[in-house]
Amino acid sequence: MEVKQFKSGTWVDTINVRDFVINNITPYHGTHDFLVGPSKRTLKLWDICKEATKEERLNNGVRSLDTNTISTISAFEAGYIDRENEVIVGLQTDTLLKRTMKPFGGFKVVQKALSEHGVKPNDALTELFSKYVKTHNDGVFDAYTQEIKKYRSLGFLTGLPDNYARGRIIGDYRRIALYGIDRLIEAKKKDLASIKGPMTDSVIRLREEVSEQIKALKEMIALGAKYNLDLSRPAENAKEAVQWTYMAYLAAVKEQDGAAMSLGNVSTFLDIFIEEDLQAGLITEDDAQEYIDQFVMKLRMVRHLRMGAYDEIFAGDPTWVTEAIGGMFDDGRTKVTKTSFRFLNTLYNLGPSPEPNMTVLWSDDLPQNFKDYCSKVAIDSSSIQFENDNLMRTSRGSDDYGIACCVSHQALGKSIQFFGARTNLAKTLLLAINGGRCEITGTPMVNGIEACDCEYLDFNKVMSNFKIAMKEVARVYNDSMNIIHYMHDKYYYEKAQMALIDTNPNINIAYGIAGLSIVADSLSAIKYAKVKPIRNEEGLTVDFKIEGDFPCYGNDDDRVDILAKNVVADFNNELKQLAVYKNAEPTMSVLTITSNVAYGKKTGATPDGRAKGVAFAPGANPMHGRDSKGAIASLNSVAKINYADSQDGISNTFSIVPKSLGASITDRIENLTAILDGYFSRNAQHINVNVLDKETLLDAMEHPEEYPQLTIRVSGYAVNFVRLTREQQQEVITRSFHESM
Amino acid sequence: MHVHSIESFGTHDGPGIRLVIFLQGCKMKCVYCHNPDTIATSGGKDYDIEALAQMAIRMKPYFGKKGGVTVSGGEPLLQSKALIPFFKRLKEEGIHTNIDTNGRVLNHFTETLLGNYTDLVMLDIKHMTEDGFEAITGVRNKETTFKFAAYREATGKAMWLRYVLIPEITNTPELLHAMGKYFMDFKTIEKIELQPYHKLGIHKWAALGWDYKLNDANENTKEQIDAAVNILKNYFKEVKVN
Repeated sequence: MEVKQFKSGTWVDTINVRDFVINNITPYHGTHDFLVGPSKRTLKLWDICKEATKEERLNNGVRSLDTNTISTISAFEAGYIDRENEVIVGLQTDTLLKRTMKPFGGFKVVQKALSEHGVKPNDALTELFSKYVKTHNDGVFDAYTQEIKKYRSLGFLTGLPDNYARGRIIGDYRRIALYGIDRLIEAKKKDLASIKGPMTDSVIRLREEVSEQIKALKEMIALGAKYNLDLSRPAENAKEAVQWTYMAYLAAVKEQDGAAMSLGNVSTFLDIFIEEDLQAGLITEDDAQEYIDQFVMKLRMVRHLRMGAYDEIFAGDPTWVTEAIGGMFDDGRTKVTKTSFRFLNTLYNLGPSPEPNMTVLWSDDLPQNFKDYCSKVAIDSSSIQFENDNLMRTSRGSDDYGIACCVSHQALGKSIQFFGARTNLAKTLLLAINGGRCEITGTPMVNGIEACDCEYLDFNKVMSNFKIAMKEVARVYNDSMNIIHYMHDKYYYEKAQMALIDTNPNINIAYGIAGLSIVADSLSAIKYAKVKPIRNEEGLTVDFKIEGDFPCYGNDDDRVDILAKNVVADFNNELKQLAVYKNAEPTMSVLTITSNVAYGKKTGATPDGRAKGVAFAPGANPMHGRDSKGAIASLNSVAKINYADSQDGISNTFSIVPKSLGASITDRIENLTAILDGYFSRNAQHINVNVLDKETLLDAMEHPEEYPQLTIRVSGYAVNFVRLTREQQQEVITRSFHESM
Repeated sequence: MHVHSIESFGTHDGPGIRLVIFLQGCKMKCVYCHNPDTIATSGGKDYDIEALAQMAIRMKPYFGKKGGVTVSGGEPLLQSKALIPFFKRLKEEGIHTNIDTNGRVLNHFTETLLGNYTDLVMLDIKHMTEDGFEAITGVRNKETTFKFAAYREATGKAMWLRYVLIPEITNTPELLHAMGKYFMDFKTIEKIELQPYHKLGIHKWAALGWDYKLNDANENTKEQIDAAVNILKNYFKEVKVN
């Protein structure tokens, strides 16, 4: 290894990428003026990609399928978009946009997804998985209780990763570039040797896992060889650093199809190699941008095989290749480098895109030029999201972190997460009003809640019943999580990603809730107005009559905002009481992805006046139309949710028409920067920013072919608007566009 | 204070991001008013001054170096007496204060408010002729507007002019030159903001059962706006189209 060109540190003797970055980073405080446009080669490749994605859209969302091969790290031969123009190589398969079978999550899911496109797995595989091979999905359902199945099928628990891969684990993909695989194998072998008896369950399991990781590393060398790359050694220049890092990520998305497969924070790391080569005069800015453009292009082409039902929960075929950009080190220096700018610049060079999910780690201490550039990019592309670096860095104990999926802090190479979808808290509240029965089917769910036949709902009584319901729902939720993650480890272990993470990482179990604004407004209505439940002959609520006014969440009004804040704290506390598989630490998110539409469908009328079936607000957003005091009041309400109670993240989606953001472009940039500084100084955690005209979206619904790259941000991630269903598009449009005229 | 509505993200009513409080009630009835529901002096919602001040304080981080609180309306100076303790409170918190006014109220309350607690006044110059003024506002005696401007000038504190630009009605070279000549020597005027006439408020007139009398007016073309800007640049430090 040519250590001599870099400043040494503990990273030389131990696997510690953070230390390498700390010692070698060149923070950048300048403007974006140095950025360059795309190369001719990049544009040629991108034209091919655009054509391919168009074919995909016109062919029911799938361009090509493989029905014969189980996708593993090295299962496919090398694939190219257009070899002579590719500076950074590597595809998931031998063909662009081909989707493959990863059956260890669940074979039935693979069969279903393929059959929706009129094909099926080959007979040998079908026989193998029907008779001999067990999957994650099989294991989970062997262990599920009747109770869990009931909570799941009635929609109290939704989107559980029990028939698809859990994802959310971020391999430290930088490690291959910095150390080369031989060195990583050596370190893992040393770890394995030190894991000794007595041979309890956990020790045996860890030995098996590390052995799997070593096999995965060897397979990655084989993957590199298919592209004539020697990944066994460290990267020796900027181009190789980008290439090696991409190969590490590629191994992960060949083997796993987790819902979210984040990239981490590679931009700051890669800048060190780029800066080194630039200083040495080996490359030019055009070269540097070309590496990043082509890397990003490849990330945009990642695809997984999904069934239609999956798309209802995770709309728009997302992959969540989330790249964290910027932020600060604990020592007060910024992690912003020129390559932070280069990543954002791909949104101009290649046009807007939901992937990779670019996530700016915001701090008031970021260089002003970078802040203003981020605001400009957000206004121009609606393709980036912002998260509170000060808040996460200081409370989660690491300044070297990525964002798992949309909003979750994850220390790179040091921590992982067990993803747990979410529980429907609005339905949970209805249990409290319906004697512990499901409001739709009347199925008994929770014991100990007496039926209520009073004319008006009593706040104290509803609250005490709600707490009983939350406790029970938390218990069942926790049971399901433990089973899911036990089985996922057993049948669909992420050996490629885990090979790039410390052998004994911290684990968070990531619970989630949906329907927060509905619960808050419902409780507010019960407390400050008079709410009369309308019940059917079975005694189930079918509607609510509200007499009088009540404050709504989203207006910076403490009377109701405190209710929202307390509900989050209460449910989180219930979850924290429960024992978790592998002693993972419980954390919770307020996040819905786009499934706020699906949750709404499964939920009856609520005491806030929301009718049965109406979509929820996304994430922690106030219900659309109820935040009548404008955007900042709305943001300030959300900011009151305490991050300590919801450490997996609190998602907020902010949509605004350009004119409302300011009269001139300069005003808009200045105002957006001020919003971000303001919002995060109130200790808010996350915000998506859309700057779009409603008219544009309406037009895109009618003429999708004219808007192939139109990107909007929803609850923690971005999607291609034209890839949403019509219903989801409609929902996005009715959602609060802050228009002040 | 009688409040019509609150906009916590005002970006067109003074510098930076602003908490804009639209007060209820106005003695004029401008033919182009885009908030006609703020005209009636009855109605509105009573707000406690401290509650509004707290809301502003929670917004302080968003204000940055420029933003603050704007009271608009309606005509905010009709509630000058109540605004004094409110603005005083905001100044204690170091928050920038701004009044968006037609300048028709000038009494000892207004003088205290403007002299002591108001960082910026945005004065709406409706029209430079008496008949034109009446045709727009329904009242005569535009001289009060000029007196108000003179008073503000005497305090030495910042003022912006605002002017609604309607082709032929207010956007003519003669009227623009007249306005420029009248105000060119005012030292407190930092800029003039042109507000091109738009028809977005029309539906509100229908909702109130009122006749909208300006149906024949046109919105400005880009050329008409540019021409107005070019004339006014001869007289003012900064001309902004809002």
